[in-house]
Amino acid sequence: MDPVSKFLAAWKIPIGAWGKAFFTFLTDHFNAVFRGFSNGLNFLLDGLVDALLLLPPVLVVALIALLAWYLQRSRALAIGVFIGLLFIINQGLWKQTVETLVLVVAATIASMAIGVPLGIWAAHKPKVYRVMLPVLDLMQTLPTFVYLIPVLTLFGLGNAPGLIVTIIFVIPTAVRLTHLGVTSVPKAIIEAGEAFGATKSQLLWKVELPAALPTIMAGLTQCIMLSLSMVVFAALIGAGGLGTEINRALGSRRIDLGLEAGLAIVVLAIVLDRMTRIGVGDKK
Amino acid sequence: MNVAVDFKNVDIVFGPDTADALAMVDRGATRAEILEQTGNVLGCAGANLTIHEGEISVLMGLSGSGKSTLLRAVNRLNIVSRGQVLVKDGEKMVNVVSCDAATLRRLRQNQVAMVFQQFGLLPWRTVEENVGLGLELAGVPDAERKARVDKQLKLVNLDPWAKKYAHELSGGMQQRVGLARAFATEAPILLMDEPFSALDPLIRTKLQDELLQLQKTLKKTIIFVSHDLEEALKIGSHITIMEGGRIVQTGAPEDIVLRPANDYVRDFIANVNPLSVLTAWNVMRDRRDLESAGRGWTWLDRRKTTRFKVDKDGLVAAAERDGKPVEWVSCTDVEQHPEDGTQVYWANPGTPLKTVMLAMHRSQTAPVALFDEQSRFVGAIGVRDVLSAVLRR
Repeated sequence: MDPVSKFLAAWKIPIGAWGKAFFTFLTDHFNAVFRGFSNGLNFLLDGLVDALLLLPPVLVVALIALLAWYLQRSRALAIGVFIGLLFIINQGLWKQTVETLVLVVAATIASMAIGVPLGIWAAHKPKVYRVMLPVLDLMQTLPTFVYLIPVLTLFGLGNAPGLIVTIIFVIPTAVRLTHLGVTSVPKAIIEAGEAFGATKSQLLWKVELPAALPTIMAGLTQCIMLSLSMVVFAALIGAGGLGTEINRALGSRRIDLGLEAGLAIVVLAIVLDRMTRIGVGDKK
Repeated sequence: MNVAVDFKNVDIVFGPDTADALAMVDRGATRAEILEQTGNVLGCAGANLTIHEGEISVLMGLSGSGKSTLLRAVNRLNIVSRGQVLVKDGEKMVNVVSCDAATLRRLRQNQVAMVFQQFGLLPWRTVEENVGLGLELAGVPDAERKARVDKQLKLVNLDPWAKKYAHELSGGMQQRVGLARAFATEAPILLMDEPFSALDPLIRTKLQDELLQLQKTLKKTIIFVSHDLEEALKIGSHITIMEGGRIVQTGAPEDIVLRPANDYVRDFIANVNPLSVLTAWNVMRDRRDLESAGRGWTWLDRRKTTRFKVDKDGLVAAAERDGKPVEWVSCTDVEQHPEDGTQVYWANPGTPLKTVMLAMHRSQTAPVALFDEQSRFVGAIGVRDVLSAVLRR
């Protein structure tokens, strides 16, 4: 090795050690807080799953198909949703699907609830967005396994840490698409609002958000898809669902099991995507 | 007449630090110099302009001349760097530059409405919801809002389209919605930022006519930005010409055409048909400048073909052409008289030059007399006066 490289290697910056120290500090001093939060969240998610599993699967499937019809006014879609979900029951994956569904819906709702206001804030304050941008990049590009470890130490095993890693991965998309939607509202209509005496909040609710709605709704669909893609990783830290099946299939080289669970995820993805395309169809 | 909007020494500079730029404005620097030395963009400089109630005041200029910038200072869509913009608010004048947010909002909701070049309609709203925007923002109760919106839609003949979405309409229709939205707030002052520029020529002419028609009854104070002089001459009662952020000339349409202040204005009017703006008043020679023919008679023309005898009240007592007595008739019904040169035509100061020329043509180039409202003889127009006005010599 050349002397410079040798010198550099000898003086390694202890980033890993600092990170570890930071998380040790958190677990040492705030363990009760994190565990309490985690337990509460687990209780909520598990309760929801149990409640859904109490009902006959076919009834839940019918209700979801009805919801699909209500959202999109499309009979074909409702029938498609119904058949797709019956296929999942047929494959014996209903329980896992409900677990995944609860996780995905919860992660999407939480991500949108946090991401949309952040996106609006960033759109109004370019400086905020400049600070936010590298953080968002970090959240999206840092390999998922890397933050599985600290989440695991802080929150333990279960649905709650699964939900949290999913939210970390998904929020940037909600923020980015909301930011995009709000910043690309045509200047002409914002000025029209101002010229007729809109207050800041009237401008937001009556001009900016309706104009940005199609983009925000595209963000919602994206959030759902990304949450689904995290299912397998979340299962590694104890979130149940279809991801668990896939991990098990991988561990025991069960092609059949992997195929079944994989197809169930695809079906779920298509169902959720088609059901949430609100606004896109309305615009025409 | 009451003042509706008053610009007082208005400077508008866009940029982070305007102090240096304003110092350069004071030294009379051009926009290019200011941009080069300070990085600031000069929007407009030293603008002084008074607009009275009921006027249609047109701000004219090429793109980048600062006309829109000045207009948008009236409702503070552009921030004024220095100077005052006074806007009539009931009985008092409010300085828009320094007033607080609540006052500004009240002005925008009740006193100053705006029409945009790109319409600025909200595409997810129906026509009636768009028209009601201003009222909705001002918190007008639903029932009253509905009534006022319906009234405005009828006024611009949009009522059959009330439930359509804005983007389903043609450009001309969309701008009608824009007009209705501005009228709906019943604001006495209307800002129009190149409202018809995005429309094709036929629709543009139609909407100009409609605006003039509506203005007859509504009597708003309109500040209208345009880059099209024909449009400005057609609708403006006053025209202000801007260049490089500064006002070059302000005046009535015919002042601009007959007495352009500099080459920039002259270039502007080079392609304008003077017949569309000039009236008999603009081209006549005053009675006092006419040559006397002795014993109370006055020659109307330089060639001495036609003369009037005028009594002490200024009324015409007798007329002669080529030595023979003739009668004098109004040139508004020139078509009803024979083309035999047995009469002398007269016009009023407001008679279009075109009509005067027709009268000359029908009377074998005889001069046309000018009578005021009380039928007093005030001047005459000869062939040479017409030619010099049309050729601008």
